[in-house]
Amino acid sequence: MKILIENGRVFDPVSGRETETGVFVKEGVIAALEAPEQAVDRRIDAQGCLIVPGFIDLSCHVREPGDDQKGSIASETRAAAHGGFTTLCTSPDSSPVNDSGAVTNLILDVAARTGAVRVLPVGAITRGLGGELLSDMAGLTNAGCVALSNGDRPLGNSRVLRRCMAYARTFGLTLFIQPENKALAAEGCAHEGSVATHLGLPGIPEVAETIAVGELLLLAEETGVRLHLSQVSTARSVELIGRAQARGIAVTADVAMHHLLFNESALRGFDSRFHVRPPLRSEADRQGLLAGVRDGVITAITSQHRPQDPAAKQAPLAETAPGLSTVETTLGMGLRLVENGELSLPVLLAALTSGPAQVLGRTPPRLDVGAPADLCVFAPGETWTVTAASLLSTGKHAAVLGEALNGVVRATLCNGKVAFVAGGDD
Amino acid sequence: MSTSPASDRHIQLNPFGQLRHFLSIDGLDRNLLTEILDTADSFIEVGERSIKKVPLLRGRTVVNLFFEASTRTRSTFELAAKRLSADVLNLDISTSATSKGESLSDTLLNLEAMASDMFVVRHAQSGAPHFIAQSVTPGVAIINAGDGRHAHPTQAMLDMLTIRQHKGRFEGLVVAIVGDILHSRVARSQVRALLTLGAEEVRIVGPNTLLPRDAETLGVKIHNDMRSGLRDADVVIMLRLQRERMEGALLPSEREFYRQYGLTTEKLAYARPDAIVMHPGPINRGVEIESAVADGPQSVILNQVTNGIAVRMAVMSMAMSGQLAERQAAAETQASK
Amino acid sequence: MTALINVENLLKTMCDQLKGELQARSVEQPALIGIRTGGVWLADYLHKALALEEPFGELDISFYRDDFSRMGLNPRVRPSHLPFETEDRHIILVDDVIMSGRTIRAAMNEIFDYGRPASIILVTLLDLGARELPIQPDIVGQSLQLQRHQRVKLLGPDPLRVELRERRENT
Repeated sequence: MKILIENGRVFDPVSGRETETGVFVKEGVIAALEAPEQAVDRRIDAQGCLIVPGFIDLSCHVREPGDDQKGSIASETRAAAHGGFTTLCTSPDSSPVNDSGAVTNLILDVAARTGAVRVLPVGAITRGLGGELLSDMAGLTNAGCVALSNGDRPLGNSRVLRRCMAYARTFGLTLFIQPENKALAAEGCAHEGSVATHLGLPGIPEVAETIAVGELLLLAEETGVRLHLSQVSTARSVELIGRAQARGIAVTADVAMHHLLFNESALRGFDSRFHVRPPLRSEADRQGLLAGVRDGVITAITSQHRPQDPAAKQAPLAETAPGLSTVETTLGMGLRLVENGELSLPVLLAALTSGPAQVLGRTPPRLDVGAPADLCVFAPGETWTVTAASLLSTGKHAAVLGEALNGVVRATLCNGKVAFVAGGDD
Repeated sequence: MSTSPASDRHIQLNPFGQLRHFLSIDGLDRNLLTEILDTADSFIEVGERSIKKVPLLRGRTVVNLFFEASTRTRSTFELAAKRLSADVLNLDISTSATSKGESLSDTLLNLEAMASDMFVVRHAQSGAPHFIAQSVTPGVAIINAGDGRHAHPTQAMLDMLTIRQHKGRFEGLVVAIVGDILHSRVARSQVRALLTLGAEEVRIVGPNTLLPRDAETLGVKIHNDMRSGLRDADVVIMLRLQRERMEGALLPSEREFYRQYGLTTEKLAYARPDAIVMHPGPINRGVEIESAVADGPQSVILNQVTNGIAVRMAVMSMAMSGQLAERQAAAETQASK
Repeated sequence: MTALINVENLLKTMCDQLKGELQARSVEQPALIGIRTGGVWLADYLHKALALEEPFGELDISFYRDDFSRMGLNPRVRPSHLPFETEDRHIILVDDVIMSGRTIRAAMNEIFDYGRPASIILVTLLDLGARELPIQPDIVGQSLQLQRHQRVKLLGPDPLRVELRERRENT
């Protein structure tokens, strides 16, 4: 398959430079940055578009194996391609939990057969995510896991956590940990602040996260493990992480896109879509997270895509399943931040490409000749309306449902193959 | 951030600005709250007749949906509905449908199919009545009979009626609400109603473990001490203290709570001499309040029970009225097409 | 046409007729009830003219209207106030205008919820015809035939006067 993407501008997230050029893809790689002399099988018109490396998501739920009614690798990787993503790190809290090489192999096998984009499994840090027994970390890594994580389940036992880190350090593995103190978060379902106070919702205090961040940073420093903090939600966490980085501790962090765009007010009227974990916090926290991305303390923005079936969101707020369907709207939500002047376009695109690549220990993706053809073609100035029908994901509970969003993805190529093309049947 | 979100107003009112659900005090303006109180006054008069029944809701079906047991509140709603001539169905959901694995939505849709006109909902989760009104059965009038820690608007309005009967006004009033504010849906609704109706100052009094985070954003003044909290108060509202608060490490003991925050004759003396004492009941004597105060001349606790039926009749008839007006308008639009 | 309606004169005539009616029925201590708002003003006049010692009652029929499903609840409903027992009493029920008869039906239903009266005499200032229910006043000040676009309204309480309004179509 020879594909020519023409009339667009290539954007390099590392240098931040834009170049007007065609991209010629052949046999899975970028063969030339100009129109070839030979005939091509397919032309993609990128008029008015940016051509960028495909986005990398460090936290995505594809619901396979397990919850069929919430999504599958087939449905969610197609949704991801629609959102411009070419690489997904899938959370270990599937059913069964990805705590053995067999489950990892299953995920990779299904992804190879039905996936539209690259799937990188993240293994469970403890057996069954139970927080007590170490999982076969080296075995999981050999099977293809790129990191080990606690998923959405807080680790209650500091001793186990310390041993997880020491063991992971032995093999040079990276840990993705979502920081939350179980006892402090307790039965909460919203940020403990003025909105939860008004609505009478049980709160999750800021310290439920910052205490966990503090603990994780101290243990990471002691054990020397490569620690990545997933989905931080408070300004104070950013401050703690920034200080630790300044002291030379090997810690990175990501934030979910919805934590950059929304605050606790989104819950007003008991909108259960915005029941997410960690909760949407105060405006000051949102500002702190944005500053963290701008300053480079937070180097990756994730979708934290959590597709749910409608029934899971049809209940009184505290009884609903947490999570938003976001993978298709992450780019558009990010462009809204750019429109608001809260993030620059280069910073946004770096946090979706080179930032997460570095967390995974990979060289930052660039659209150079010879590089794998993982790329996204999108029109930043074009608008689409997000409706249930427009979403390919099984989860229709997008944060921006019914709203107009800038940034129409015209095509996504993964490994030189068309994973998504607008109006196409690929 | 607005304290009266437009979204609450939008859900509770029909396009003509009339009440169609009664979910919370949030988003309702002073005129509407006054209309509820005035209408309730008319229903108090009905309660004094030999036949205490009016035909407003004749042929309508009111379903009491209590997901959390409360005989007392359910009885006043039942009596209110019956005095409006409605047919009343009492469903104790905690023991029926949900234990068979039927989802909340399915249970409600079945009830709607039985031509129900109104659901009176009590639920342990904040926002459950909002969820039902918005997502499940928008054509059924929803009356919130208490949801989680969020709101108990009929209780708050009956308290407002009691205050108006004794004080004749809300302007200039200083009201102190004492006790477990954190878990109290009643307190949240009272604060909102008092501020909307024009009270000068609303205070909440309690230990920090029982006060919600950022409570000042509710529009109240926060006091930890009874002496400063009750100083020159016109109205003192004591909240009920649940036993389980001791287990959650929120309070050491009932005895210590009573010493610090229990309303005794001595502490009541901090308030204005003509201050009234209220309590949503049932009272824990010797925990929140001294018997001498509960039964004393400043106590208006019994009065509140009579007002409860009248207020519930008022909101039920108003919400039904708002629903019918909306249906009528929809039918006319349909006919003109 | 309104210039022709002299409320004062009509009331005098009605008062005389009412006295005759009470005599004919051998009613000595009637209980007087006005329907809000116009009927209350007229009841006030009759109360003085008949020199009744017992105060008169005021009825707000909002809770008894039969058009609740179309019109909804009157947001300005006020408590009815009957300062006497109605059980076994002879009642004079007063309203300003009778047309369909539905208001009177509602008022009678409400009166019965206070107790079973011995009798009711219905007094109205104006009778506009167009009855929809078999209810007829015992004493009428004046009968009127209105055009379809016309409405009539009693203004008061001081002075009492009748105003004829042109109804705006379909607004």
